[in-house]
Amino acid sequence: MEILVCARRVPDTSENEIEMNGAGDDIERDDLVYSVNEPDNYAVEEALEIVERTGGTVTVVTVGGDDDEEILRREMAMGAKNGVLLSDDDFNGADGRGIATILAAFVKRGHYDLILTGVQAEDGAAQVGGMLAAMLDYPFASLVNAIEVQHGKLKISREIEGGSKEINEIDLPCVLSIQTGINEPRYVGMRGIRQVASIPIPTFGAADLGVDGDAGPAAAKVKRMDYFTPPLGKGAEMLEGSTEAIVDSLIGLLKAKGGLN
Amino acid sequence: MPRIFAYIVHKGGVADDSAAELAAAAQKIDAAQSPAAVVTGWGPDLDAVCESLRASFGEVWKIANEALAYPNAELVRKALVSVLPSGSIVLAPHSHFGTDLSPGLSIKMNAAYVPDVLDIETADGAALKLIRQEFGGQVSAHVRCDISTGAVITIRPGAFKPVQSAPAGGTVVDKSAAVGALTCGRRYLETIAPETGDVDITKYPVLVSIGRGIQEQDNVGIAQDLADALGAAVSCSRPVVDAKWMEKSRQVGSSGQTVKPKVYLACGISGSFQHLAGIKGNPFIVAINKNRNAPIFRVADVGIAADILAFLPELTAKIRQS
Amino acid sequence: MVEAIESPSQATYWFIQGRVLFWIINLLGSACFAYIVAKRTVPLIRGQRDIRFDRPFIRLGRLLQYWFGQWRHPRYLTAGVLHILFFAGFIVLVIHTVALLALGTSAHATATGGLYGAISDYAATVVFFCMMVAIVRRILKPARYAVPARYGKAHTADAIFLLALIAVLMAADSLFEASRAAGHEPLAVMSLPWMLQGALAAAPLAVLANLCLGAYLVHELTFFFLLCYRPFGIQFHVETSLFTVFFAKLDRGTVKPVRWGVPDEQLDQVKSFGVKTFEDFTWKHMLDFYSCADCGRCSDQCPANAVGRPLSPRFLTIKARDYCFQHFPVWGKANNGHPLIGGIYSEDEIWSCTTCGACEAECPLLVEYIDKIVDLRRGMVDDGKVPQSLQKPLKALESRGNPFGKMEKKRADWLKAKDFQATCDVKILNGGHNTDTLYFVDSITSYDDRIQAIGRATAQILNRSGEDFGILGAAEKDSGHDVRRFGEETLFMALREHNTEAIKASGVQRIVTSDPHAYNALKHDYKDVPPVEHISELIARKVHAGDIKLKEVEDVNNVYAYHDPCYLGRHNGVYDAPRQVLDAIPGLKRVEMRRSRDRSFCCGGGGLALFYEPKEDQRMGVKRVQMAAEAGANVIVTACPFCMVNMEDAIKVTGMEGKMTAIDLTELVEKQMR
Repeated sequence: MEILVCARRVPDTSENEIEMNGAGDDIERDDLVYSVNEPDNYAVEEALEIVERTGGTVTVVTVGGDDDEEILRREMAMGAKNGVLLSDDDFNGADGRGIATILAAFVKRGHYDLILTGVQAEDGAAQVGGMLAAMLDYPFASLVNAIEVQHGKLKISREIEGGSKEINEIDLPCVLSIQTGINEPRYVGMRGIRQVASIPIPTFGAADLGVDGDAGPAAAKVKRMDYFTPPLGKGAEMLEGSTEAIVDSLIGLLKAKGGLN
Repeated sequence: MPRIFAYIVHKGGVADDSAAELAAAAQKIDAAQSPAAVVTGWGPDLDAVCESLRASFGEVWKIANEALAYPNAELVRKALVSVLPSGSIVLAPHSHFGTDLSPGLSIKMNAAYVPDVLDIETADGAALKLIRQEFGGQVSAHVRCDISTGAVITIRPGAFKPVQSAPAGGTVVDKSAAVGALTCGRRYLETIAPETGDVDITKYPVLVSIGRGIQEQDNVGIAQDLADALGAAVSCSRPVVDAKWMEKSRQVGSSGQTVKPKVYLACGISGSFQHLAGIKGNPFIVAINKNRNAPIFRVADVGIAADILAFLPELTAKIRQS
Repeated sequence: MVEAIESPSQATYWFIQGRVLFWIINLLGSACFAYIVAKRTVPLIRGQRDIRFDRPFIRLGRLLQYWFGQWRHPRYLTAGVLHILFFAGFIVLVIHTVALLALGTSAHATATGGLYGAISDYAATVVFFCMMVAIVRRILKPARYAVPARYGKAHTADAIFLLALIAVLMAADSLFEASRAAGHEPLAVMSLPWMLQGALAAAPLAVLANLCLGAYLVHELTFFFLLCYRPFGIQFHVETSLFTVFFAKLDRGTVKPVRWGVPDEQLDQVKSFGVKTFEDFTWKHMLDFYSCADCGRCSDQCPANAVGRPLSPRFLTIKARDYCFQHFPVWGKANNGHPLIGGIYSEDEIWSCTTCGACEAECPLLVEYIDKIVDLRRGMVDDGKVPQSLQKPLKALESRGNPFGKMEKKRADWLKAKDFQATCDVKILNGGHNTDTLYFVDSITSYDDRIQAIGRATAQILNRSGEDFGILGAAEKDSGHDVRRFGEETLFMALREHNTEAIKASGVQRIVTSDPHAYNALKHDYKDVPPVEHISELIARKVHAGDIKLKEVEDVNNVYAYHDPCYLGRHNGVYDAPRQVLDAIPGLKRVEMRRSRDRSFCCGGGGLALFYEPKEDQRMGVKRVQMAAEAGANVIVTACPFCMVNMEDAIKVTGMEGKMTAIDLTELVEKQMR
């Protein structure tokens, strides 16, 4: 199977807080470290496990600039055969639909049996996969947490409310968005990345893909205007003081609210 | 202002809570309009839902088709595209179903797409100014959405409080004929319910809930000790299940269980909306987290900035003494 | 006239003249043995390079101490004494045995007599009775000989078989002596031959002759059978132990390079890192597998084994040895190439090791374990087989220089604690200062809320005792000590390079640290950095010189037990300095725990071991605080931040709060400083 995975480079926010910058117009980016979006990493691992069973190759593609190449190399170090960068000045400021347009144009240049994306990225939009599928007229399924390859189709499980699993059959070629926890991604270390450091990564621009003007900021219907931290409003009443005092206050509150019998 | 449609999710003949929230959101976009509900399905359940929606929607567009008996987003999308006028604003809940349906729907309707909206600040015939969150709820953002060719918008569950208003006295309009034969490349097979675990967290009035802050499986016992002292059960957020420290049946959240306790202790939980979506009934929420900026403190009633690994044993000890 | 019994070479054994028979037996036996040894050498030739011929005189010294001197044996007294006795017996009997072999092939050869002959008789006696005792012990079975079900069936039958054969060898020799001497030659009094001689006093000559010749034949056959059988089991250590001990690792505390002879800059050209198949082991490691005597002491001391983790060092070796015997057989073709992980080893088994070194400290044959575990981990890392729980801290180490993922610029925030900042000014070295000493803080002391107190206590001690020191602050990255021991060599090298540059840029002459893992790394893994000392050594020195004065303990009812951290004690031999410091505190009552010094019981591991989630019955820390309680202590003193984390954790988990506290040596000293 030829599998394409759409990945994205995002700030790593697991341990560190995102804060507004001094000017108040963007988040503070100085100390951010970036890595591949976690659900996308699960998607690449899933793709690798599938081709280990069925044969074929995995291609990882991203829309961005030079900085974004590092995630392609990381996924190639993980085992993806090809990395592709879709880059053009015009792509900056593209909205979700614009990204999907760019990716769709790339997909049409090749032949892929299966296209995977991570379920969502740091903006929580969870949109590119579904849009891409609609543009290509491929069937789509989101929140996929298990894949079984059958002949010309897949049997997949989707995560739905209450922890239940919705089992579907989906024809190939199709687009799936992959949920975290579907597998255990293999480790990629510095050595692995060094070994793929000099493999050339083909780059395609707007003209190569034939999307002049269709994907850039001019075409974007949705624009983020700013970042802000909302006024806290009431929020929680913070208990302060010594641990002993806090514990006593809390026990008092729990008794009052029926938490303590 | 384009016409506003609200896609209604339903189960067992009852409309989902999100229906009222979508009505409220529609109100905010255009107070002058009485939005239309659009419902897909089949059989008496569908009819019952449509009937119940007449009180809050001016029109209820019913799309009955046997293929839609189970809500397969791919098929629902095809149905909606056949029925909805182009240029409309379509609202849907930002849920498992809503996110499966909506991005593709926006493409097929050539409309703008804004997911997971928390509030609508301004609205005119050309554009909407919406509020979203990014980075797991740590920052908010204003988003401008051009609605000149319509829009598909998914609404954050619980963000819009249902508004009390006089019954709309809407009519049910049957649009089933507009939909042709429905087939697609994805076919629903079955639903597998999760294995019932040893403990049914939905039955407990007090829950000690743990998140990533518990740090390792060996520390889960600290939460269990507190739960034992309180006569409570231990529940958790998604990362704890992903790390395999607790079973899926203990997970509270949109992809886990929905709980309605009296008291909810969120220990080391950041407060992502997917987790909070599983907490209903407005319980007394105590949040304990090392990070003062964690989103959980915005929704908790009482907050304690502390390391749960140090704090919980102290709390347990004190409770045992008294 | 008393007829002498003819020599076996002259006698006729079933139509063959003795001389011919024994020439055949000697030649065949030797050839067989040579062939077997040659086949056993095959995997070693195919194995990886290992540089073990350097510093021959030091090696010779260690050979005398550990092999000839049986230095490690008395650590398990009964077995140790037994072994010393029959080892000595064997050494004595070497010449005697060779002479005995020659006897059958030549009429001119004589048996050994005189003083040496008498000593040999005693030696054979001692060996014989030792074998009897050893057989009984094998039946009564000390716990460490037990074979858990998952490793197969017990080794008892095989062990008894071999012990019995040695006894037969001694008996045959003694019977030969006794029957030949028969009445006219005096034999060493109370020796086995002497006893048999007594028993045979009345026997007629013909019987004696038959016994004599028969005993000789039995001796020959048994000797060559044992010679050729030994390479098929643990008894091979009889031959290989000398080499294993001679080639044993000389450099404490460090880990072998990825490939001997390949410098760091050329590592990119190495196709595969670590040990994935058997031939990836070095020849010395393969020799270790041959040399294991299955004594079980390593596993008996192994803390991972004690808490039910899937690791047992003894079986790490035995399984590898069995694999080698199976896939490089003496009869048949070699067939190698099977992955070891997922084959004879499980991933969890290899990740379970905390590299505490208890196994290596115990092994009488100086078998090495840590290098093998690290090599196996390197192989797994190379293949991407890293547990998810370790991937997160490794990723954080790569992007942030610490396993917690916290921001680099916050690395020195521990200085900003309110009360501390006012009383102690700590310089952040940025190359401009001419500061004498660097306090290398390392990650956990920098970032962990509780452990930062150790950093502050250390800084206070340095400050108040007049040390001119500074820290690297945000320029410091994790020492990488455990990154290396968990198999991520490339990341380790990057961290080491960064820190080495920062240290050099600071211009310091010495380094002090409160973290034994950092201490070990800077001392052994890092090159070209100034000499490093652990804070306990510095404090001991200053107390001795009078620069630090300690006041009386407040609570005279406290009983203190010092826990030796693995990387301070066992790996680096620093046992006394911390004890001297404690003993210098007036009124402090100190007890020793059951397992201390080089027998210290690992707290559970440091560095990345804190993140790994093992399958175990119980935490190592729990066992350790129970040992402290057993020793009568209510305060456990550590000198390592990771030990502190594990001890405090264990106290919480066992509900011993109020009955046991843990305190770091630096925290105690700071409290008691006048």
